[in-house]
Amino acid sequence: MSDSAYIPSAASAVPAAVPTVVPAKTVASRHSALVRVTHWITALCFLALLVSGGEIVISHPRFYWGKVGNDLTPTLFKLHIPASRNLVPTGYKYVLPDQNGWSRYLHFQAAWVVVLTGLLYLIFGWLTGHFRKSLLPRRADLSWRALSTAIVDHLRFERPSEAEAWSYNLLQRLAYLFVIFVLFPLVIWTGLAMSPAFVSAFPATVNVLGGQQSARTLHFSSRCLLCSSCWSTWGWFGSPDSRAACER
Amino acid sequence: MSEPSSRKISKLSRRKLIATGLTAAAGVAGVGVAARLAQKYGLVPPDHGGIWGLGETLTYASQRLLTRHSLAREFSRSQISKPPFANELEPFTDEFKRLQAGGFADWRLSVNGMVARPTSFSIDQLKSYPAHNQITMLQCEEGWSYIAEWIGVPLSQVLQTVEVLPQARYVVYFSIEPDWWESIDMADALHPQTLLTYGMNGDELPVGHGGPLRLRLPRQVGYKNVKFITQLAVTDSLKGFGKGLGGANAEGGYAWYAGI
Repeated sequence: MSDSAYIPSAASAVPAAVPTVVPAKTVASRHSALVRVTHWITALCFLALLVSGGEIVISHPRFYWGKVGNDLTPTLFKLHIPASRNLVPTGYKYVLPDQNGWSRYLHFQAAWVVVLTGLLYLIFGWLTGHFRKSLLPRRADLSWRALSTAIVDHLRFERPSEAEAWSYNLLQRLAYLFVIFVLFPLVIWTGLAMSPAFVSAFPATVNVLGGQQSARTLHFSSRCLLCSSCWSTWGWFGSPDSRAACER
Repeated sequence: MSEPSSRKISKLSRRKLIATGLTAAAGVAGVGVAARLAQKYGLVPPDHGGIWGLGETLTYASQRLLTRHSLAREFSRSQISKPPFANELEPFTDEFKRLQAGGFADWRLSVNGMVARPTSFSIDQLKSYPAHNQITMLQCEEGWSYIAEWIGVPLSQVLQTVEVLPQARYVVYFSIEPDWWESIDMADALHPQTLLTYGMNGDELPVGHGGPLRLRLPRQVGYKNVKFITQLAVTDSLKGFGKGLGGANAEGGYAWYAGI
């Protein structure tokens, strides 16, 4: 390991030398390759969707409820930021550059990749029992006592024991189930509900939400919830404690 | 413990390697066949090249398969937005001002390209066809929207009058104002809700909304709904128009297909 770090060119030029060295495995994987790959594709897409979505919002940082909304109608809420179009009354004296062209292209491309990756992950998770084994709360955990213990442990930053660190705890399981089966479907649905062509074929996608502006507001809100979920799960896994517990 | 398990792993990974290789080969062949089929059935947008081509092609192809004949939602008269929101416009050209001073009596819509009978229509001639009206939503890519009643003649009616040739694949439409043109495929051109609009909310179409003539396309966002239309060109290829991307917005970095 350290050799290749000092002379990377030699290591890559002479691959035949590699099999003779069998490094002792000190860190075991907690996740299968497919979970890792789909995780990082999703993470990259999520970042791309966040940046491009933010860029699109800047062109009209006002949100409405119902079917229609524009500069002449009352808002549900507005973001107090400058806009990239000068017709929007923001209170700022300047207009940001319009970057919607590439933002929209990137947004929809990343959406396709994340949806297809998500489907692959769902099929995999279903077939391998990943959801049942790793994400569905254990029967023993399905009580208020277990839930309150988990919350208290989390708030106290309790270090997980070596055995516990191999699987998700109750809070992690619930958070993942919520993100995978509630927030992601919601953000995809509300996104599709804003497409005039898609809703012409499937009008119920927008009608049950109360209108295209409601869909836009919910799309923005579910993205905010996704952001906060990501932030808190990052906190769980980024902590050195949980990683240290997995080293053998 | 390490001996048998490592042998098992190597056997497994060989099988995995072969399976992965076969899947990859099938995938490449599949993509090739899919691309040829997509081209044949008109599922490839003109902006399919470049880094955004994948997403754009997937969107256009899947929406063409799902939404070819579907109708945009029509609203009731009570749901019309009052007043309708008009987007900002560049200062008008002298040519536009001259026609406006004459009450648009001299406004002409010329239709040419792959048609049997190239024709030029006045607004009154367009009004002589049975008027169609629809109460639909106009949605801007920026995020705002409004509902209005649009009155006009279906583009399909005009295309039928000039007798479009069977090899036609796109209709390119031009504004009288510079650098303002777009194009649509025949599925959208012949769609019953695609209107050459001259009226709005029971009245003439206001200049702020594209009067005297605007192409109204309720299944695509605002920027495809070009204002002040003076020319339609029917074609089998968009290569000869500008940079070949099918519209001024596409040349400015926006997607050609805007049904999202």
